[in-house]
Amino acid sequence: MESKRELILAFESSCDETSVAVIEDGTKILSNIIATQINSHKRFGGVVPEVASRHHVEYVTRCTEDAMKAANVTYDDLTAVAVTYGPGLVGSLLIGVTAAKTIAYAHHLPLIPVNHMAGHIYAARYVKPLEYPLLALLVSGGHTELVYMKAAGEFEIIGDTRDDAAGEAYDKIGRVLGIPYPAGKEVDRLAHLGHDTFNFPRAMIHEDNDDFSFSGLKSAFINTVHHADQIGEKLSREDLAASFQAAVIDVLVTKTIRVAKRLGIKQLVVAGGVAANQGLRERLAQVVKDEHLDLDVVFPPLRLCGDNGAMVGAAAHIELQKKHFAGLDLNADPSLEFAYAATYQP
Amino acid sequence: MNILAMDTSNRALSVAVLSDDRILAEKTTDVNKNHSTTLLPAIDQILKDSHLTSDQIDRFVVAQGPGSYTGLRIGVTTAKTFAFTLHKELVGVSSLASLAGNIRHTNALLVPLFDARRDNVFTGVYQRDDHGQLTNVVSDKHVPVAALIAQLKMLNEDIIFIGTDVAHFAERFRAAFGQQAHFADDEANLPHASELGLLGAQKEAVKDIHAFIPHYLRRTQAENDWLKTHSDKGHQPYVEEV
Ligand SMILES: [Zn+2]
Repeated sequence: MESKRELILAFESSCDETSVAVIEDGTKILSNIIATQINSHKRFGGVVPEVASRHHVEYVTRCTEDAMKAANVTYDDLTAVAVTYGPGLVGSLLIGVTAAKTIAYAHHLPLIPVNHMAGHIYAARYVKPLEYPLLALLVSGGHTELVYMKAAGEFEIIGDTRDDAAGEAYDKIGRVLGIPYPAGKEVDRLAHLGHDTFNFPRAMIHEDNDDFSFSGLKSAFINTVHHADQIGEKLSREDLAASFQAAVIDVLVTKTIRVAKRLGIKQLVVAGGVAANQGLRERLAQVVKDEHLDLDVVFPPLRLCGDNGAMVGAAAHIELQKKHFAGLDLNADPSLEFAYAATYQP
Repeated sequence: MNILAMDTSNRALSVAVLSDDRILAEKTTDVNKNHSTTLLPAIDQILKDSHLTSDQIDRFVVAQGPGSYTGLRIGVTTAKTFAFTLHKELVGVSSLASLAGNIRHTNALLVPLFDARRDNVFTGVYQRDDHGQLTNVVSDKHVPVAALIAQLKMLNEDIIFIGTDVAHFAERFRAAFGQQAHFADDEANLPHASELGLLGAQKEAVKDIHAFIPHYLRRTQAENDWLKTHSDKGHQPYVEEV
C-alpha cells in the first residue's frame, strides 16, 4: 500500500485575517489563502472586534474553497483539520473554530486545536528544520515574549512584557506621527531615513530579569512630540521614528541575546508581526556577526510573519504526532497562553 | 428531503432533523450555555437519534437573525460551512418568523421580539392567512419599543406577543393595548428548530453560500460613526485576498 500523504487543512481567524491553508507533512505549503481586513479597520484606526467577526463570516468558506482548489486536494485526501483556538479576539476566533469543527465533523476528520503563538513560532519551520533547545522571540501587536522550547511542541515563557506589546507601541506612536494603522511598516521605513537623536529610555535593559516594558518609551515619545508642538518647534519625523525604533530594538536584541547566551541556545526564531521589521532583522544579524556567536537566527518569510493558516498547519503537524485532538465542544480561548517557566520571576 | 435546522440566535439553542414534513428529532435547551461548545454536540446527537449522518442531509436551515450577534455567527457559520463542504442546500429563515410560527390557529397579529437593550427591540409583525400560512406584515427591524407600540396601535387588531424577552415589556403592552394584548405561553416563547425547518422547507435555497451572512439588522457603532463623515461608495474593498 502506498503511504498516504499527511495533509492538514488549517484555519486561522484570531484577529483581522481570515486564512486557510493546506500543508503537507508540516513543511510544505500547498496553499495559504489570506484574506486581510486591513482596508476595513483602517477606517477606524485599529481593529474593531465586531466588524472583524462579521468579515470573517463573509470569507471563511470562500478562503476554504480557494485553499482546497489551490492545493488541488479533496476532503478524502486530508489527514486532519487544524484551527487556532486562542489567543485572540473571541468573536474572530469563534468563526475559524466553528468552520473547522464543522468541516472535521462533516468529513470524519480529527480536529487539532492550535495555540496561535505556537503557530507564529512554527512559521519558521518553512525556512529550515527547528533545532532544540530553541529560543523564540515573539513580537506582535499583542505579545512580546521570550519562549523557551526544550523540545518540539513544548513552550515555556521565560520573559514577557510588563505592559504594552512592542507592536502596540508602534501603533500608538504611529498615531502621534499621523501614520494610519497599522503603523509598523511605515515607522520602520522612516526609521531607516533618520538618526537616533532623541535618546529615548531603554526600559529594563540592564535589569536582572528577562522581561520587557514599552509604556515608558511610548510616554517619552508622546511627551517629546507634545512639548515640541507647544513651543511651536518642528521635529524630524524620520529622527523620531529612528530614535523610537532604536530604543525598541536595543531592548529586544540585548535581552534576547543575553538569554540565548545564558541558556546555550543554538537557534533563535524571531516570530510574529514585528518579525517583519527590517531594523530588527538587520540588528540581530549584526550582533551575531560582531560577537561571533554560534547562534542561528531564523526569520520566517515576510508573508508568514503576519497571521496565516500555514503557520497553524506547521504547528498542527507536531500536535498531530502527539495526538492532541479536540472534540466537538472545542471553544475559543481568547486569553490562551503558554505556561510560564518554573524559573520565571516577574 | 432531509433537513437539519438550527437556531442559536438567542439564549436558547434548538436543533431539529426533518424528513420532508415529518419531524424526526428535536432538541431545545434554554440554559445559557455557550452555543460554540453545545451546537455541534447537539447536532451530532439528533443526527444519531435520527439514524442519519450529516452527508445524508439535503438542506441546512438556519435562523439567520436577528438576535445575539455572536449566536447568529455560530449558527450561520455552522450551517453555511456544512452546506458548502457537503455541496448541499442552504436556507436562512428569520429567527422572528420561526418564533411567530409557534402560534397556530389564530388570525391575530403575531409579534415576536427580542430585547435589543436601551429600550429597543428586534421585532417584526406576522399573521396567518386564511390558509394558515404565515405571512410577514411588517418586516423585521430594530426599533424603539415606543415606535413599535405606535405602529401596532394603528393596525388596531388583537396581538400575541411572543418570546422570552416579552416579559420585560408586558406591563407597557397591557397598558397600551388592554384586552387586545395577548401573550404566548412558555412553550411558544422558545424557538423550535422543527418550526424553523418547516418554514425553511418552503423557501428557495440561497444561490451564493459564501455571501450568506446573518441579518444583524444593525450596523456596528464604529461603522455608523464613520459613515457620518465618510461614504463607503468607491471605497477600496474592505477585505481582500492577498
Ligand atoms: Zn498573530
